[in-house]
Amino acid sequence: MSHIPSHLQYTESHEWVSVEDNSNARIGITDHAQEALGDLVFVELPAVGDEISQGDPCAVVESVKAASDIYAPLSGVVVAVNEDLESDPALINADPYGDGWLFELEIIDADELDGLKDAEAYEESLDE
Amino acid sequence: MSKRTPLYNAHIAAGARMVDFGGWEMPINYGSQIEEHHKVRQAAGMFDVSHMTVVDIRGAGARPFLSYLLANDVARLKTPGKALYSCMLNEQGGVVDDLITYYLDEDFFRMVVNAATHDKDLAWITSKARDHDVEVVERPELAMIAVQGPEARAAVLSLLPEDEARAAAELKPFNAGQFGDLFIARTGYTGEDGFEISLPDVAAAAFWDRLLRAGVAPCGLGARDTLRLEAGMNLYGQDMDESVTPLESGLGWTLGLKDERVFIGKQALLDQKARGVERQLTGLVLKDRGVLRPGQRVITQAGEGVTTSGSFSPTLQKAIAFARLPANAGETCQVDIRGKLLECAIVKPPFARNGTVCEGMI
Repeated sequence: MSHIPSHLQYTESHEWVSVEDNSNARIGITDHAQEALGDLVFVELPAVGDEISQGDPCAVVESVKAASDIYAPLSGVVVAVNEDLESDPALINADPYGDGWLFELEIIDADELDGLKDAEAYEESLDE
Repeated sequence: MSKRTPLYNAHIAAGARMVDFGGWEMPINYGSQIEEHHKVRQAAGMFDVSHMTVVDIRGAGARPFLSYLLANDVARLKTPGKALYSCMLNEQGGVVDDLITYYLDEDFFRMVVNAATHDKDLAWITSKARDHDVEVVERPELAMIAVQGPEARAAVLSLLPEDEARAAAELKPFNAGQFGDLFIARTGYTGEDGFEISLPDVAAAAFWDRLLRAGVAPCGLGARDTLRLEAGMNLYGQDMDESVTPLESGLGWTLGLKDERVFIGKQALLDQKARGVERQLTGLVLKDRGVLRPGQRVITQAGEGVTTSGSFSPTLQKAIAFARLPANAGETCQVDIRGKLLECAIVKPPFARNGTVCEGMI
């Protein structure tokens, strides 16, 4: 059974969102996603300053098996990316909600947060 | 309804993630594919390959039949137990399948063919056998376990009775023999030393458990694929099929073309050689960060080509691939990865074998 922390919000495409103290959104992929993908070997992240729209493919994670698009859970401007992933993509496998985070957005439209799933709804979507 | 091998329950018990492979429910990994890969390069791992098809060719006409059926020359099989890798071709020189043939006796040869091509292979072999004094006998009751890695042979030998262990320890590479219930071949698909063991299905789970207790790590099809790719070994259906010849698939070395022997597809190969082989299967190493995958467009000085297999190489820690490229493609090329052109070195596989990176690969 995969781990689904209750303080995060989720998308159907297996990204998680954490609203930080500075009200930026930190984004990563779920434990379920990393487990399904297998060992991650390469991550392509957006550039700081990129403006992205909700639903856009904005990053790629590649495991030994396959490449998967990451879709922006929210619209925003990229303010930080996890540079440690360049040398160690396996951080996503080891700690998907912590050291394996992908990037941070400055939120443009806070209303979009209301459309995300809570932990319970995400867990239900996995059972379907 | 997908088929299950006699080791299905053992895979589930070991926490395997199962996938469909050619109609069989097979383990893709038991957790980390990369750890399994390293285990085989550095110690010992085992693969359930019971989905592969064992076909015995029996009868006085066995050798002449195989001499006609196979592109490699069974005349090279001079001593009982010796194994030969070969392609089986159609009249156009296209690859019907690749397989290993073991010479056991003048009236008894054993072939191991791919699982995904089972039906067409059996139909092909049986139809070609009609004019020969042979019997084609499939052996579905045999399971198969490949134990691979520098510590693999010692682990297997430790489980055999003393006299059998002593005899099996003498097997040279690409040789096989029957030891009690076990048909043991010193062959593999990883670029490491080891054994491929055929045994009765009813005995497979117990033998698998003994290997586990001897410290051999269960490994899935995922690691098997990256290991064979590093070792420069083709995968049927991906690196070659009926639309290409062995000459276009890096398998010229497996063709017995030098004498008068007649075999299926020979004339097409001779014609192609005379015309000049326009495409070659070669290796790529990505110089930049990224991952090579099958089906990516390759741009060379001599024109375009395509990757046929590609992955991240755990041993090189870089992306590697096979690609079918125009002849005279040179030493470097570019691969189109999601619209970006990334630089690759063109190299001659293998990339890694016997626990280490091959010369000139990094």
